[in-house]
Amino acid sequence: MSEAVPDTAAVQSAAPVSRADGLASAVEAQLGARVNRVGSTTGEVTFEVKPADLLEVARTLRDAQGFKFETCIDVCGVDYLAHGADEWKTQSATASGFSRGVARFVAGGAAADAAPARRFAAVYHLLSVSLNQRLRLRAFCEDAEQPVLDSVTPVWASANWFEREAFDLFGILFKGHPDLRRILTDYGFIGHPFRKDFPLIGNVEVRYDPEKGRVIYQPVSIDARTLVPRVIRQDNRYAPEMKDPRQNG
Amino acid sequence: MAEIRNFTLNFGPQHPAAHGVLRLVLELDGEVIQKADPHVGLLHRATEKLAESKVFNQSIGYMDRLDYVSMMCNEHAYVLAIENLLGITPPPRAQYIRVMFDEITRILNHLMWLGAHGLDIGAMTVFLYCFREREDLMDCYEAVSGTRMHATYYRPGGVYRDLPSSMPQYQPSQWRSQKEASRLNEARSGNLLDFIEDFANRFPACVDDYETLLTDNRIWKQRTVDIGVVSAERALQLGFTGPMLRGSGVAWDLRKKQPYEVYERMDFDIPVGTNGDCYDRYLVRVAEMRQSTRIIKQCVEWLRHNPGPVMIEERKMRPPRREQMKGDMESLIHHFKFMTEGYCVPKGETYAAVEAPKGELGVYLISDGANKPYRLKVRAPGFAHLAALDEMVRGHMLADVVAIIGTQDIVFGEIDR
Repeated sequence: MSEAVPDTAAVQSAAPVSRADGLASAVEAQLGARVNRVGSTTGEVTFEVKPADLLEVARTLRDAQGFKFETCIDVCGVDYLAHGADEWKTQSATASGFSRGVARFVAGGAAADAAPARRFAAVYHLLSVSLNQRLRLRAFCEDAEQPVLDSVTPVWASANWFEREAFDLFGILFKGHPDLRRILTDYGFIGHPFRKDFPLIGNVEVRYDPEKGRVIYQPVSIDARTLVPRVIRQDNRYAPEMKDPRQNG
Repeated sequence: MAEIRNFTLNFGPQHPAAHGVLRLVLELDGEVIQKADPHVGLLHRATEKLAESKVFNQSIGYMDRLDYVSMMCNEHAYVLAIENLLGITPPPRAQYIRVMFDEITRILNHLMWLGAHGLDIGAMTVFLYCFREREDLMDCYEAVSGTRMHATYYRPGGVYRDLPSSMPQYQPSQWRSQKEASRLNEARSGNLLDFIEDFANRFPACVDDYETLLTDNRIWKQRTVDIGVVSAERALQLGFTGPMLRGSGVAWDLRKKQPYEVYERMDFDIPVGTNGDCYDRYLVRVAEMRQSTRIIKQCVEWLRHNPGPVMIEERKMRPPRREQMKGDMESLIHHFKFMTEGYCVPKGETYAAVEAPKGELGVYLISDGANKPYRLKVRAPGFAHLAALDEMVRGHMLADVVAIIGTQDIVFGEIDR
């Protein structure tokens, strides 16, 4: 790479690293134990926050001098149920060789590395237009059976639809949300489709029933297939150095 | 005395001004909007869930289908996210090609927007003009990727292939005379860069044409000035990005403020509005088309004089060359493994955003070290904009709803995903 051409990765990560670290220490100084920094390979600033502190942390980040995160760019639901689970062992072969890799991940199986208590999370991407900085907040729901988080809509109006989406797709309930309805799925849809234990092919399909003279729902008639097995290879030759030695989320 | 009640009107999902499949439930007092409740999701295809079941490269084509009028910008955000996690950087030529095609895409999108917006609020002619120029840009897409819309051209580590050295020619036919065909072929006689340069040279005059039709047009101004006003503070609170934010006077453009690829080396300006109404957003977008033309010219100039690779040499990230694959067993194995299993992306998470024509298009990618994304979230600019529709249309007349939907540049592919 010639010197004149800016290195993209550098522009996005390396160059503002000092700034990112500066922001991170400022956040830590201001919020103390309420936030917990998570390491990153890309020089992004991520904090984990307890659900109880979420609203207060959000308010501080929006209003305090030096943070000024006026915009909540995105709220993303995540289901960590199958994190780290693969369908095809690649590290060691058995006497009979490798499997065909078509066994699907079974929800709740032992393969996943996520503790069940830390299953659902909402990830908030914040942007400060005035100070040109970004920050990521992650809040894990305490109860995986009934995931609840405080709604940040009073802090950022833009969170309204993003939270509706996270509710629709993951079933995370946002306490204090003004209008928590489904948004992307069909009227009368059952289940939360982006959960890892919701099958990709769905549970029901629709067809027109000529006898009843209307469209009806029926159980899906197709089988789930694995086209390419999910593999995890410990091949990090090309991985960037961890900019922060702490465990990456 | 008769009891007067608000009237509820169902608008869409099949309505020409709904820009796709928007269902809008409007509560009206006479002709004044009291409340608007957009029902979205009619085009929901679970792109993000599908991506979780596919290896990384197979989802690039899905990204085109998000915002299907600014295809390559969607791909760009996705490949940037993968590149961030892998820690790789494409060669400079690929970066210039990406920037050039991002700007071509921006013009493509704004032309589509201008035509459709004009049509919505009563300017028929501009639609025909816009689509005439759009056709040429579609030809650029076709020349470089083989398809006119869903290009699947960007790859993590570069682009699929270098720019072609010739352009496809028009043939005379029943519908196109020899004279017409040779007129069209004149600009197409050189390579793709010649064609793009020719386009960039004549396009500003085309923008002038659109502006004569609209900018000082009394009807156009009556329909757009002071309609859907959003203050700068409110725009930030509502998560606006792109021209929606710049129309309100905030000079925020990721290409300048958080530059990616080679935008740092480009000379261009950020147009901003002052009032935050539909007319200002129109002016911003028209000015952006002119700025994009400037960037395209700079890219063409650089690309002409700097040949080189368009894909990183890293073998993990690219299939082997065809001749190697045919003659070399390791390459054949590599090709097979690359095309089936793909590559594993190191564990981690990243958020990569590009300045798409509609605003900030971000891809939040979580990888657990596998050959497929663990979670992929596409942050669509239109989603935040449409969420603010209720606030923007309240107190306006029914006919203004169409103007406000138009000014938001709504495309359902990205909103419903």
